[in-house]
Amino acid sequence: MMRRNPPIFFALLSVLVFGFTGCATSNPPDYGSYRSHMPRSVLVLPPTNDSIEVNASYVYLSTITRPLAEAGYYVFPVAVVDNYMKENGLPTPNEMNTVPLDKLRKVFGADAVLYIHIEDWGQKYQVISSTTIVKARAKLVDVRTGAVLWEGTAQAAQGSGDGGGGLLGSMIAAVVDQVVHTATDRVHPLSRMANHGMILNTHNGLLLGPYNTDYATDVRGR
Amino acid sequence: MTGASRFTILVVLVNLLLISGCATQKPPLYRWGEYEQLVYEMYSEPGKADPGTQVAKLSEDVGRTQAEGQRVPPGVYAHLGYMHYIQGNQGAAMSAFATEKALFPESAVFVDAILKRLKGKKQ
Repeated sequence: MMRRNPPIFFALLSVLVFGFTGCATSNPPDYGSYRSHMPRSVLVLPPTNDSIEVNASYVYLSTITRPLAEAGYYVFPVAVVDNYMKENGLPTPNEMNTVPLDKLRKVFGADAVLYIHIEDWGQKYQVISSTTIVKARAKLVDVRTGAVLWEGTAQAAQGSGDGGGGLLGSMIAAVVDQVVHTATDRVHPLSRMANHGMILNTHNGLLLGPYNTDYATDVRGR
Repeated sequence: MTGASRFTILVVLVNLLLISGCATQKPPLYRWGEYEQLVYEMYSEPGKADPGTQVAKLSEDVGRTQAEGQRVPPGVYAHLGYMHYIQGNQGAAMSAFATEKALFPESAVFVDAILKRLKGKKQ
């Protein structure tokens, strides 16, 4: 069957892979402390970055507001915050991430701060193809008590060889990919997907915030 | 239609069903427009999103969002105010920041600090 009908084989495989990864089955986190310190507003600091891609922090930052706001929180304007901190003697994300919580509370009036650390980012080249990867850890901290309300991992990967076409097809595809796309172009949509999955999943994502129309019916941590 | 292609279509349908089973089907809270794309461009391709372009695109976004009876997302008016400020348009900047605060009182502490600075620069 595999030799005669490879598309069917791959279609079946995709169902299997999705079946295993689509809906998580591990235990949900304890939302008790999060619920009792429910924030209305979230300040996102530009992420610290372990990868070699210098742009990673700000590309990631440009994809975090939407899922957070759709979850139901006020999200401080990320670029305005970044500029404000730069004008006040904090030129890089690393320095911004060392500002004490009481200072952040005084300057921004935020209820909670989302700290993000990028662990892996960009394209890994193999012989005839490349894989694009985003991996980051996030931590939501209560600005008054310093309590960690929630932790999550944003993760996504995509292979350039997806779509088949035989060995020659893959080689051409890999070459064209490298010419047409900069790493940033490829990672940007992946970063969006990774954040969406981390924040808006009902299993271990953020609790729905006060601006969400389903805030009252979110039973997690109650 | 061959049996194989019919089978492929079936598998695609099953996949769609699996995907939609996990997703929450709700309309978005806000109309997003160009805001996040502009933030992306101003850091990764600065020439593409100069303040003038951003003011034009965000103003168009805000107008359309209001015309459609939808909600402007958190941060959009503040970002628009920041772009007006870079362009040297203090009055429009202050008005946009004030709108951010009116829509989202959570921004009051930060916006008030910015308005105080802008007032200082105006005199």
